[in-house]
Amino acid sequence: MRLAVIPLMMLCLVAGRAAQAQQPVPASKETIEIGLSTDTISITSGFRGTDLTVFGALDNADPLIQRQGRYDVVVILEGPPRNFVVRRKDRYFGIWVNTESVSFQNIPASYSLASTRSLQDITTPKIFAQLSLGVNNIYYEPMPEGFDSSASLREFTKELPRLKQKQLLYNQRVGDVQFLSSTLFRATLSLPANVPVGKHVARAYLFRNGEFLRESSTSLNIVKAGLEFRIFRAANQHSLLYGLFAVFLAVVTGWAGRLVFRKD
Amino acid sequence: MVPGFELGVYLPIAEISVNIFVLFFMGAAVGFLSGMFGVGGGFLITPLLIFYNIPPAVAVATGANQVIASSFSGALTHFKRGSLDVKLGSLLVVGGIVGSAIGIYVFVLLRQLGQLDLIVSLLYVVFLSTIGGLMLYESIKAMRRTRAGQLATLKRPGQHNWVHKLPFKMRFRASKIYVSIIPVLVLGGAIGFLSSIMGVGGGFIMVPAMIYLLKVPTNVVIGTSLYQIVFVTAFTTVMQATTNQSVDIVLAMLLMSGGVVGAQYGTRIGQKLRGEQLRALLATLVLAVGLRLAIELFVTPDDIYSVTLALVSGGS
Repeated sequence: MRLAVIPLMMLCLVAGRAAQAQQPVPASKETIEIGLSTDTISITSGFRGTDLTVFGALDNADPLIQRQGRYDVVVILEGPPRNFVVRRKDRYFGIWVNTESVSFQNIPASYSLASTRSLQDITTPKIFAQLSLGVNNIYYEPMPEGFDSSASLREFTKELPRLKQKQLLYNQRVGDVQFLSSTLFRATLSLPANVPVGKHVARAYLFRNGEFLRESSTSLNIVKAGLEFRIFRAANQHSLLYGLFAVFLAVVTGWAGRLVFRKD
Repeated sequence: MVPGFELGVYLPIAEISVNIFVLFFMGAAVGFLSGMFGVGGGFLITPLLIFYNIPPAVAVATGANQVIASSFSGALTHFKRGSLDVKLGSLLVVGGIVGSAIGIYVFVLLRQLGQLDLIVSLLYVVFLSTIGGLMLYESIKAMRRTRAGQLATLKRPGQHNWVHKLPFKMRFRASKIYVSIIPVLVLGGAIGFLSSIMGVGGGFIMVPAMIYLLKVPTNVVIGTSLYQIVFVTAFTTVMQATTNQSVDIVLAMLLMSGGVVGAQYGTRIGQKLRGEQLRALLATLVLAVGLRLAIELFVTPDDIYSVTLALVSGGS
């Protein structure tokens, strides 16, 4: 037994060193795949948030490393990119006024993460940064001329993920990727009530002994269904007709009210 | 989901879930007051919606939409009675449309700068406290007079003022006035501007301005003011819908249907109560709403940072 283990571990170390030398590691034979039971989720107006389950398979895994629990999986679901403005209020003559602001571009509107273990136990901050993985490692790209000074840029770049987490749009769940068998895993991600509509991308990152092996991705469309969303779409796509209809409704209501009023 | 079991309704434009009954009663309460006092109620609806966490941009745009309903039925009554000056009203509409268009432009600009919420609140604080204060002062004076045994009558406005020295005079037969079109257009424009920025009909400014500045006889003032409000708020609603997509018809429908019911009872009660007491009551309410908005400007927010979607700016 012990004799068998040692060469294997050495092999791993060699493979690990090789992987570090040349970046996106093709040396390993492990593969990861994730799948969703549906490619479209319709949310209705009563939507109060839900959990999204992503299933995945880890193939050609080394049984020994698996037994030691040295495979880690991080699954994320990233919302469509949007531009955001972060503003700060300051006091002027006692009144709180929005003063400084920084604009950011192509920021995921939502970001949910689930991992097998806490992130610092999986790998080094440097690798997470390289992968832009995790709420604090997303690339918060400022708009050119969207900020006043580098000091305020630093300050607002720190506030953006905090505000997003406060709105529950960004969240990280430790331990919510679980291996169901030697090859099958399940990730549970949070979809908040205010999840943005559009094309979301789910990505799974595979780590072995703290080194990144490969990633797999799939996309998910989140659409709003029901009358309320049809109204929303009408307001945005046929805004003139929508406006005229709003006026028409008001006139009819006023007129109907008058008819009722005249009866008594 | 079974409809009827859910008291909550999702507002598609405001993008929040609200309680149907809260909004219906809000509409009914304001409708009741507008029936009782003969005011449009827009200046109460918008702050109340803001208190109920409706985004100010949506509250303002939907407020303008809601005003159409109450003003339309009133204007129709005055039109049939003939207590409406169509010529004067139409000129006010012309001014109002220009003012409303400028107002929408400023609205978009303020929204891009992130200052819309503040300016809307500040404008409301200024208008509500001024109007509430004046009304309270006037009604207390009237109450004192009645107690002293005199008849409570409104002071007759003087015959001429600086307005009558302006050029481009025009004759308005229904109002029996001969006045320059400049103050008419300016007044209409100012009201149109406020309807875009504050979501009000503007009757509370229009009526006194027509009586004291233009010397329009009181019997045609209300009808003409309502006539102008219908067209200008309709224009504002369409402009808000096309430029800001901030008119919420679900919200407007809830408020309007409540308003229609409330107005009926308000009118009946209003006929039984004494005028000055009514005005003092309304004045107190207006002041309270203004005070509440003012306090919010000074209270330290829970979070001094905020994040919003960046609006696509036009030119730059």
